[in-house]
Amino acid sequence: MQRHLISAADLTRDDAVLILDTAEEMARVADRPIKKLPTLRGRTVVNLFFEDSTRTRISFEAAEKRLSADVINFTAKGSSVSKGESLKDTAQTLEAMGVDAVVIRHSASGAPYRLATSGWIDAAVVNAGDGTHQHPTQALLDAFTMRRRLVGRDAGLGKDLDGRRITLVGDILHSRVARSNVDLLHTLGAEVTLVAPPTLLPVGVETWPCEVSYDLDSTLPKSDAVMLLRVQRERMNAAFFPTEREYSRRYGLDGDRMAKMPDHAIVMHPGPMVRGMEITAEVADSDRCTVVEQVTNGVSIRMAVLYLLLGGNEPAVSHARPTEEK
Amino acid sequence: MSKTLIRGAKVLGGEPQDVLIDGGVVEAVGRDLSAEGAEVVEADGKVLLPGLVDLHTHLREPGREDSETVLTGTRAAASGGYTNVFAMANTFPVADTAGVVEQVWRLGQESGYCDVQPIGAVTVGLEGAKLAELGAMHESAAGVTVFSDDGKCVHDAVIMRRALEYVKAFNGVVAQHAQEPRLTEGAQMNEGVVSAELGLGGWPAVAEESVIARDVLLAEHVGSRVHICHLSTAGSVEIVRWAKSRGIDVTAEVTPHHLLLTDELVRSYNPVYKVNPPLRTERDVMALREALADGTIDIVATDHAPHPHEDKDCEWAAAAMGMVGLETALSVVQETMVDTGLLDWAGVADRMSFKPAKIGQATGHGRPVSAGEPANLTLVDAAYRGQVDPAGFASRSRNTPYEGRELPGRVTHTWLRGKATLVDGKLT
Repeated sequence: MQRHLISAADLTRDDAVLILDTAEEMARVADRPIKKLPTLRGRTVVNLFFEDSTRTRISFEAAEKRLSADVINFTAKGSSVSKGESLKDTAQTLEAMGVDAVVIRHSASGAPYRLATSGWIDAAVVNAGDGTHQHPTQALLDAFTMRRRLVGRDAGLGKDLDGRRITLVGDILHSRVARSNVDLLHTLGAEVTLVAPPTLLPVGVETWPCEVSYDLDSTLPKSDAVMLLRVQRERMNAAFFPTEREYSRRYGLDGDRMAKMPDHAIVMHPGPMVRGMEITAEVADSDRCTVVEQVTNGVSIRMAVLYLLLGGNEPAVSHARPTEEK
Repeated sequence: MSKTLIRGAKVLGGEPQDVLIDGGVVEAVGRDLSAEGAEVVEADGKVLLPGLVDLHTHLREPGREDSETVLTGTRAAASGGYTNVFAMANTFPVADTAGVVEQVWRLGQESGYCDVQPIGAVTVGLEGAKLAELGAMHESAAGVTVFSDDGKCVHDAVIMRRALEYVKAFNGVVAQHAQEPRLTEGAQMNEGVVSAELGLGGWPAVAEESVIARDVLLAEHVGSRVHICHLSTAGSVEIVRWAKSRGIDVTAEVTPHHLLLTDELVRSYNPVYKVNPPLRTERDVMALREALADGTIDIVATDHAPHPHEDKDCEWAAAAMGMVGLETALSVVQETMVDTGLLDWAGVADRMSFKPAKIGQATGHGRPVSAGEPANLTLVDAAYRGQVDPAGFASRSRNTPYEGRELPGRVTHTWLRGKATLVDGKLT
């Protein structure tokens, strides 16, 4: 493992599988009466959120607390610049406080990379989402969810997603989740297809390790998992697509479309979902939809990442189970 | 004024000759010249060029003296071998009145390191809505001949048309910053494979090319001349080439950094590479070099854009756009054009002195190195290679993309009307 987790593209296949396997161990902690490990006792982790994200921040906070880390939440609404303090100044303040890890969410693509590489700070840096660039722990939790559902919870240990066919649908252009997933799923051996109107695909997407299609219906029967991405309504003002109704008709997932998927195939969404536009309530509430599981798995993945970055290289749980603590 | 004898200089890269300066002019050029009492500079085969002229410099004064002043900027210019710079209008207040351009011009006169010719804004406050008093700026002591809203595109076709027509009255030129604003909303780097990967807003080539296409047609329609600032794409080159073949009176410039650097460098998220227009692809770089060599692109202009450290030592999105260039321009041109065989030193003199002076009507600059001409000269040690160390810059700002990079060539001497402003690499 590297010292920081900035991009899903930085992970080797072995790194990624190690994280997924470690997350399986971490997931068992959630089944215990006391959902806590002493692994990061005495370590300080700061959640440095320059952009609103209650869901991700709480997930990281839960992971950090289950590992017994001391947690500091720093929420700066808007950008650091608008507050009059630069990211560098904030980082150096945290450095002076002896922080061991910084979990950073920032609206600017590359901000975590700058934090990790500019010499402003010695702490480990975990990217919790930067601009339209990367959201590596989201990709890891998605892969974890897919492996559990498509390969098997215990049977999946040590395995990747070789040959699984994953379809990502929606606003690829503005999605850090899409970028992270394409990188990680490719590393794990999956075959990824992006489906979107041409306006919501980035220039240069043809060089990405995936297929691209404008046609959702033809892709569904070949998909083991279909991940819908949130489409922001304000995109309509920028003429990315004509109307919400037209988007929904061409790229939304309803019951009829879901029926075209193989029986074992799952429906995923990083949330928050826009029901009625990108996904109907019928699909969102079906047992094929893994949205709630993804949230649960997010805590396990973030525990695994923090453990591996800060805790050491030994298996996470062998010296962390309550029975062994005594 | 004392005499100076430059001994054994390769004038425009030719055979070594002596050049005698007296009274601010070149008195003689030839072999084995002697002059009693003259200060002798042993050139030892260094290249002697006419003083360089930069048609595109940001001196930041008035308003952003923390970045640069006319004095520090002209010292940087002299260090880089320049004897004349055109100061862009995006100051605070904007150089859109006779008063502001006269202030900049006067500060240049007082500096003594380099002549400064202010560029006047095309529109009031660079807002693109209302023409500034172009005639008043021209008639002022500054004698403005070049007008530009650089940093912003004159995007309204009617305003651009009127500006092109209006400056014909005094043979002025409009220098366009070609950037279609709607196509570059939120843009932070070249649109392409790298921007898609990095998640940075893409700046499509067509945003530059479409404006250039429009403006050359407008220039043709009204019979005026237009100058295109900092070309950055292969497509822009093709449009300018087509326009010239059609007889349209268009000139164009390229910056040194667009001749060398590509958008691959943005992978570092280091804002030192954040510039407007953005760094493009290898294909674009090669097209720009070729176009400069064949004359499609007329000149090299630095777009020297100084910024204080704190405006660059931050995350990419928050960083200011631009890089300093006066002190490294000639080295980058040598690296990309001379050492590659695309241009000889006479060609460099043409692209960095003769033609920019002609486009901007810089009287006394961009003249041949021959008897009777003003002694605005630059001596270059072309055999030198060394790492760029911004700590030694005369500019007040250090935002260079070349820190630690090895580049060829070093300006050792600069003379402004016979007076040395740079001697052995040190400002006087």
